[in-house]
Amino acid sequence: MSIAQRLFAALGTRILTVYAALALVYLLLPIFMVALFSFNDPVGRSNYSWAAFTFDNWLTLFRDPTLVAAVGTSLRIALVSTVIATSIGTLMAMALVRYQFRFRKAIDLFVFLPLATPEIVLGASLLTLFVTLQIPLGELTLILAHVMFNVSYVVVTMKARLSGFDMRLEEAAADLGATPWQTFWKVTFPLILPGIAASAVLAFGLSLDDFVITRFNAGQVQTFPVYIYLKVQKGIPPQVNAFATLFFVATVSLVAIGALLQRRRANLKP
Amino acid sequence: MRIFRSQPALVPALLLVPGLAWLGSFYLAPNLQMFASSFWSGTLEGGFTFSVANWVNYPNALGTYGEQYVRSIQYGFAATLLCFAIAFPLAYYIAFKAGRARSILLFLVVAPFFTSYLLRTIGWRTILGDESIVLGPLKALGLIAADARILDTPFSVVAGIAYNFIPFMILPIYVSLEKIDRRLLEAAQDLYASSWGAFRRITLPLAIPGIFAGSLLTFIPAIGDFINAELLGNPDTAMIGNVIQRQFLVVRDYPTAAALSFMLMVLILAGVTLYGRLLGTEELTSKAI
Repeated sequence: MSIAQRLFAALGTRILTVYAALALVYLLLPIFMVALFSFNDPVGRSNYSWAAFTFDNWLTLFRDPTLVAAVGTSLRIALVSTVIATSIGTLMAMALVRYQFRFRKAIDLFVFLPLATPEIVLGASLLTLFVTLQIPLGELTLILAHVMFNVSYVVVTMKARLSGFDMRLEEAAADLGATPWQTFWKVTFPLILPGIAASAVLAFGLSLDDFVITRFNAGQVQTFPVYIYLKVQKGIPPQVNAFATLFFVATVSLVAIGALLQRRRANLKP
Repeated sequence: MRIFRSQPALVPALLLVPGLAWLGSFYLAPNLQMFASSFWSGTLEGGFTFSVANWVNYPNALGTYGEQYVRSIQYGFAATLLCFAIAFPLAYYIAFKAGRARSILLFLVVAPFFTSYLLRTIGWRTILGDESIVLGPLKALGLIAADARILDTPFSVVAGIAYNFIPFMILPIYVSLEKIDRRLLEAAQDLYASSWGAFRRITLPLAIPGIFAGSLLTFIPAIGDFINAELLGNPDTAMIGNVIQRQFLVVRDYPTAAALSFMLMVLILAGVTLYGRLLGTEELTSKAI
């Protein structure tokens, strides 16, 4: 390489690094704003411009009973839909990764379709179904809907995790006299557990934050995002930012702890 | 367990049944119902009646809301382009230059998903506001007119959409770049290819499936979005999503709304099918999250 080429390459790397850093700032800036404004003491009702620093919003986290109820509803729906979606999604992923059968490709595509459908179509079509069948809208319809979109996410995540699975470990267990049941619980399950945990965290987060599908099928029920939406015009209380920040910190800590545990386990292996 | 071994197809079938039943009942059936609803006439109070003659719902809906439809496609296109321009260099950096920081950077890419979507969008109102950290200094320096604004314009809507869906662009591109066999690039260098030549003739062609998958996964939610147009736009930036949600939840004209959503669905299915024909479905359905 000539000197000019080398200089050019070095400059290129430098520019790329700066560009990547700026892109990350772009991704993270709004998160920072959400957290920052949980410490704002807004003038008037809208919490859009910075006024003064305060801890008050954190100390009065539970002041608005409607907000607390909305957070509770969101957590409940997220928990139930995560448990259901993670279970049935994991089973599906096992079938799709480990078995060869007819229509496998077609089923693969079918599972993917909900991810490729705009949320508004998912929400609106469910609404037409519930209206036609005269199923009253509420927490039940929300759980049905949240499990639906989460199943696909779980399958996609689990498929990626399962495809790296070393099948020889199961064969070894069988050779050593383990029954299929023992093999599953002592070999397979512990190995896929991190993947299940990752899928569950994802599903929980998606359910907690879902607005569009929820808006269509909530009826009179208020979830955390619905509460925010209904408050946009009147002004969003800063406690909302505090709750959102709390959720963010909790999720990030969970993911970090999971990553640390996995690394530790990897280090323990000879 | 012997029963499983003699009938190997039974095991995957049992594993698939719960999931398929759920998706069949709450994904497939609703979409079929929505298609049927688009042939309804009547009102929610007076009851709806189905008739094939109501196919006129489609041309009627398009006639009334064609403008919003076209605008959604334009905004979706612009947002996808913006996403690509920001995402490709970042994905390239993470795949080739980040080294040990790779997994942390990938986590930062999906971090926005862990804070409220609505609050993040509202966060842009603060960032792009008329006297904000972006516009304030530019105005103070006299670089732009004092009454210039970004908020409530098509630009802020497109930027907001791009922001919301950019992880869907970054991840598939990263996956396709990361898969590239580094020996190919070394071989190119050994054969005296310039770094630009190697990029153009090896890296870029091999990244095509990821780029297309990312574009599709960004474009689809982008054209259906209504939050950004509502929170960051003005009445003249209304997209088809705004119309659909208003028709369903405020006006309660289900037939028109169903016809509009079903057309959106067909548009997207056509996109996915075309992609599958050209590049196979492997990259699309195995996106890393």
